[in-house]
Amino acid sequence: MTAFIIRRLMQSVVVVLVMSGIVFFGVFLVGDPIHMLVNPQMDQEDIDKAIRALGLDRPVWEQYFHFLANAVRGDLGTSFLFGEPALKIILQRMPATLELAFAALFMAIVLGIPLGLYAGLKPDSFFSKAIMTGSIVGFSLPTFWVGIMLIMIFAVVLGWLPSTGRGETATVLGITSSLFTQNGLAHILLPALNLALLKISLVIRLTRAGAREAIHQDYIKFARAKGLSSRRVIGVHLLKNIMIPVVTVLGLEFGNLVAFSVVTETIFAWPGMGKLLIQSIQNLDRPVIVAYLVIIVLLFVVINLVVDILYSLLDPRVRLGEKG
Amino acid sequence: MSVAGDETTVADGAAPVIEGAKGPVVAETPFRRFLSEFLESPVAAIALAALVMIVVLALAAPWIAPQNPYDLGAVDVMDNRLPPGATSMSTGMVYWLGTDGAGRDLLSAMLYGLRISLAVGVASGVIAMAIGAMVGLVAAYVGGRVEQIIMRIVDLQLSFPAILIALMLVAVLGKGVDKIIIALITVQWAYYARTVRSSALVERRKEYVEAARCLGLGHSRILFCHVLPNCLPPLIVVATVQVAHAVALEATLSFLGVGLPQTEPSLGLLISNGFEYALSGKYWISTFPGIALLLTIMTINLVGDQLRDVMNPRLKR
Repeated sequence: MTAFIIRRLMQSVVVVLVMSGIVFFGVFLVGDPIHMLVNPQMDQEDIDKAIRALGLDRPVWEQYFHFLANAVRGDLGTSFLFGEPALKIILQRMPATLELAFAALFMAIVLGIPLGLYAGLKPDSFFSKAIMTGSIVGFSLPTFWVGIMLIMIFAVVLGWLPSTGRGETATVLGITSSLFTQNGLAHILLPALNLALLKISLVIRLTRAGAREAIHQDYIKFARAKGLSSRRVIGVHLLKNIMIPVVTVLGLEFGNLVAFSVVTETIFAWPGMGKLLIQSIQNLDRPVIVAYLVIIVLLFVVINLVVDILYSLLDPRVRLGEKG
Repeated sequence: MSVAGDETTVADGAAPVIEGAKGPVVAETPFRRFLSEFLESPVAAIALAALVMIVVLALAAPWIAPQNPYDLGAVDVMDNRLPPGATSMSTGMVYWLGTDGAGRDLLSAMLYGLRISLAVGVASGVIAMAIGAMVGLVAAYVGGRVEQIIMRIVDLQLSFPAILIALMLVAVLGKGVDKIIIALITVQWAYYARTVRSSALVERRKEYVEAARCLGLGHSRILFCHVLPNCLPPLIVVATVQVAHAVALEATLSFLGVGLPQTEPSLGLLISNGFEYALSGKYWISTFPGIALLLTIMTINLVGDQLRDVMNPRLKR
């Protein structure tokens, strides 16, 4: 197990190195990097000075190692727009994004599993067919358009929920989140639902497929024959076994949620990292773009690593080196 | 999503598609059999009909649209943000779906937008398919170190969500139709490469490849004339799904303001333009292009679903 984790960790380091290289050469070498690193009001002499100070007259690979060395020390450059370290700006906005992603994940589980279970256990009922049709529609709906429709229906027409922004936050046990205030909950409901919609469809399909397969297994028949109540058979025996794929996929999808929050945050003016990224792209605030991408790559690598380890713990048949 | 990977065994049973309708037998040609199997599901039949209609509408946009939305002479700015069914104050034209913020007839703008959305989606899909199929074929045929390196790159890319990679690319490349197409190709090629490789791996071990080798045929001829046609069925299924993805992704990027420029208003950009008016109750500017987008994506997905079922011999009854 330890050897497995160490090998996986080494692989992750390679992935981070490769991705940082791609990001570096992509953003720093397409176009003249000096234009993104100096103030446009500087004159030629200052620019030359800056080029030397930043080491841009040195060979490319040396610049890359310089960038890596700085990155390891947590220096990913300074934002043009805010005049603060890019890393700091992103870390400030990270809690809002994570909060949104967790809320969406929670919704996907709470709504997806019961609906999927119902559709799997009673595949021929009208309600089940409606659920499955709904999940196909859920897959096809463009996230951003659903966001606009949600705002239009619940905020503009019905006026039940606020349309934009993050509500009041409160600090409980050292965690500051809008999930702890009523106002905050009202603000997060629509964006979280918007973000969760695709995942709800996914969980419904996974749970349904798992339930339909498991229901014919011997251990279910045996549990029934033992005279256990239907509730216990489904709630304990069946659910436990279909949870493995659901948990794995949801773990992997968490990174996807963070990435897709770019769209949701833009629509709902949610002050997270995704909205920051779009702002930075539009303002050509390249240090922030690079910093965001480096952080998101790290996040993905960590998620993949954790899911892989969890998966091999849950299912001993899975070991390294089995990927086709 | 993850389902796309296991079409490895799709081969012989689905061959009719490539053969096309040939031979004098009218009653049962492979193509007819394929068509009748496809149309067995009424939902798929309706989806196919709707998709054909959408494509025809998009192609015919310049001739059937009530107004040319890019012709500044034809657009009256005074008519901006009129509700559906209103008539123009100057020309007396009826705006069936209302007008947008610049006074353009929304129906016409949607028809032209659909054209751009589909063109970008199909163009990027076809190019990505060509590149991905080529890379996948070579990987499976050559094997060894080359295959390992290619598949590592594919795995690495597929472990990140498409939207993130697309955003990364447009951040580097900038705006413009060509740049968006490049970004979409880069996002998609890996799916095709993975699909083609997995079916080519099965195909290259079959006897007909050995026979072709014994006949002394060249590598490229074996690859493209013999192996590739047999890898087509799963490739076609992935292609339909990927075109739907490309259309959705382009719309999303355009909505975020990092996609197509204002001069090429796709459906995503129309929705984006309507977003600012949505909060003041002018629902139609975002709603109708959104419905058009949804219908396009959904019909492509439904057709793709049915293609998957029909082409998969394991599901044959």
